[in-house]
Amino acid sequence: MSDLGTLRRAMNADTKRRERLYWISLAAVLAALPWVFSSSFAVSIMTQIGIASIFALSYNMLLGQGGMLSFGHAVYFGLGGFLAMHFMNYIEGGFPLPIPFLPLVGGVIGLLFGLIFGSFSTRRAGTVFAMISLGIAELIASSSLIFVKFFGGEEGITGNRTAGPNVLGINYGADIQVYYIAAFWTFVAMFAMFWFSRTPAGRMANAVRENPERAEFVGYSQRRVRMISFCTSGFFAGLAGGIFAIAYEIVTEETLGLNQSGSVLLMAYIGGIGFFIGPVFGAILLTLLRTVLSNFTDIWLLYLGLIFLATVLFAPAGLSGLLMMHGPAYKTRRLGMLVVPYVTMMIPILMITIGLTGILELAHFSGSTSADDRVMVLYGIPSNIDNVLPWATLIMLTIVGIFGVRRAKSGVLDAWARANAPAAPEQIKDDAQ
Amino acid sequence: MSGAINIVDLHKNFGPAEIIRGINLEITQGERHAIIGPNGAGKSTLFHLISGRYEPTSGSVALNGADISGLPPYEIFRKGLSRSFQVTNIFPRLSVYENVRCAVLWVADYKYSFWHRVENLDDVNEQTEKILEKIGLAARAFIPAGLLAYAEQRALEIGIAIAGGNDVVLLDEPTAGMSHSETEQAVELIRNVTEGKTLVMVEHDMGVIFNLADRISVLVYGEIIATDTPENIRNNAAVQEAYLGTEVSDD
Repeated sequence: MSDLGTLRRAMNADTKRRERLYWISLAAVLAALPWVFSSSFAVSIMTQIGIASIFALSYNMLLGQGGMLSFGHAVYFGLGGFLAMHFMNYIEGGFPLPIPFLPLVGGVIGLLFGLIFGSFSTRRAGTVFAMISLGIAELIASSSLIFVKFFGGEEGITGNRTAGPNVLGINYGADIQVYYIAAFWTFVAMFAMFWFSRTPAGRMANAVRENPERAEFVGYSQRRVRMISFCTSGFFAGLAGGIFAIAYEIVTEETLGLNQSGSVLLMAYIGGIGFFIGPVFGAILLTLLRTVLSNFTDIWLLYLGLIFLATVLFAPAGLSGLLMMHGPAYKTRRLGMLVVPYVTMMIPILMITIGLTGILELAHFSGSTSADDRVMVLYGIPSNIDNVLPWATLIMLTIVGIFGVRRAKSGVLDAWARANAPAAPEQIKDDAQ
Repeated sequence: MSGAINIVDLHKNFGPAEIIRGINLEITQGERHAIIGPNGAGKSTLFHLISGRYEPTSGSVALNGADISGLPPYEIFRKGLSRSFQVTNIFPRLSVYENVRCAVLWVADYKYSFWHRVENLDDVNEQTEKILEKIGLAARAFIPAGLLAYAEQRALEIGIAIAGGNDVVLLDEPTAGMSHSETEQAVELIRNVTEGKTLVMVEHDMGVIFNLADRISVLVYGEIIATDTPENIRNNAAVQEAYLGTEVSDD
């Protein structure tokens, strides 16, 4: 066996050990979460995070792994959801399918529509693919208001997940039962999608993304490679839609609309499309923004837009990319060097965030309030919007913050360079011992 | 017996421009064949026609006796023909290892499998490692291919072309842009990795050609004006006039 072979085997064994640890931890965390966050609100948020994670990971099979920018991924999510909803009603009528397997119906539908729409949209990636996906999204969204019998018009269609036969006294009524259905499928789907990314079909999806022409000269049809990713992705999006149907017992045209398609793009991108786990970070963040932040402010969507912009401009590799950047420094145990510069940087960033958020909130308040209600409680401080003081304070805070970021920047860059410099000879010797 | 590649009356037009104007060429099994000619003669176009990047306007190309004209590149690859490119054409953000492995997967019969994990495919990985050793990139296996030095990328380009183990290999200017010593190494590499295979190469470097080729075809303005052994080509009056020009008469 060659040296390279020995090295590869050692690396593989190491990777497998680590993977096994990750999967066991994930299973344990999924099982234990409802004991840590046991309120019904928290359990329902965690269910939503599970659904969003599967959906976003399936999206990244297209964008991150396959290089296909889709503006219509909610089509497969939504159609899966609608069919699952219809089947939920069939179950009520006596169809012999246990509720926990309902997501599979959604998955099969996602796969089926993946086959149909993929057959003509996967010929090319790039702009052509993006435009076709947008066309399909529009087509299905408008169909949902035309075929009222199937889509239920603007009200959507509803069902009752508790109407099927009870098994061992479980009627799927409680949020916690839905959570465990979602958690089970989240685990299975994540495992399957990760596995896919390591198979010949998954590796060639990467190769086709990088260089479709060369892939054809090593025996692979770029179209077929994309088609396989596309259908698999459709399956998992439909599966997520099926869980959605169980969790909400209602599916409407919004479920397959353009907003939903945009939202999954944001999740994948903000989380980071370059790493398998990235979209999960995005799914967690966006679900929390939608469910928690929306309790505090009406303009949370505006903040979401700003976060997306900031990601595109300053961290195009997303949250996971930011995290993974620190791998080399972590391995050489030099992360400590970064703490002080990072904190120095965080302070002005926090000032900008507080300043900008305050300005936006004041502006939003002054645009929507009446003539006799001029005082808004901002950060716990009553602020009269007709006074200059609150505005001036917030603007000053932002400006000082911007200067602060500029000042702190060189410190961060210096520390970064030192933390990532090649290890000194003594350091290597230390590591070897 | 039919040759490895049989080209009959091959034409290629781009609009009104005739680029390939009736080529007939038989390349026998196991020979090393070089195609030379001035810039714009249609050498790369000929390669694209054989390998499926372009469709012929008329005429036919046969590989081991089976007609392949008009087939897409992946079908031609599956029938046993691989190629490299004049301008480096790799998977830049994948590791060097993955670049080679991608070229091994199809022939190893894993095709579009989505149930095998690539790490577990010992036959594929061992073949990949064998190729990496051969092209001298074993020590660079786990860095992104886009970060390789130019000569290393050229070696990888050849590695991808031969990784699948196809019997007929086309190399399009494998030593383009290399220094003298890099070229010498590349020639050794090519000789080594194409052992027992049929090799067709486009090349400008006369040293490389006279060193490697069993036969040479001279392509001028879309037509082959001579096909012969290096010795005879060197002494062919028509070739001297059309291509080698004064260089040879100076000798």
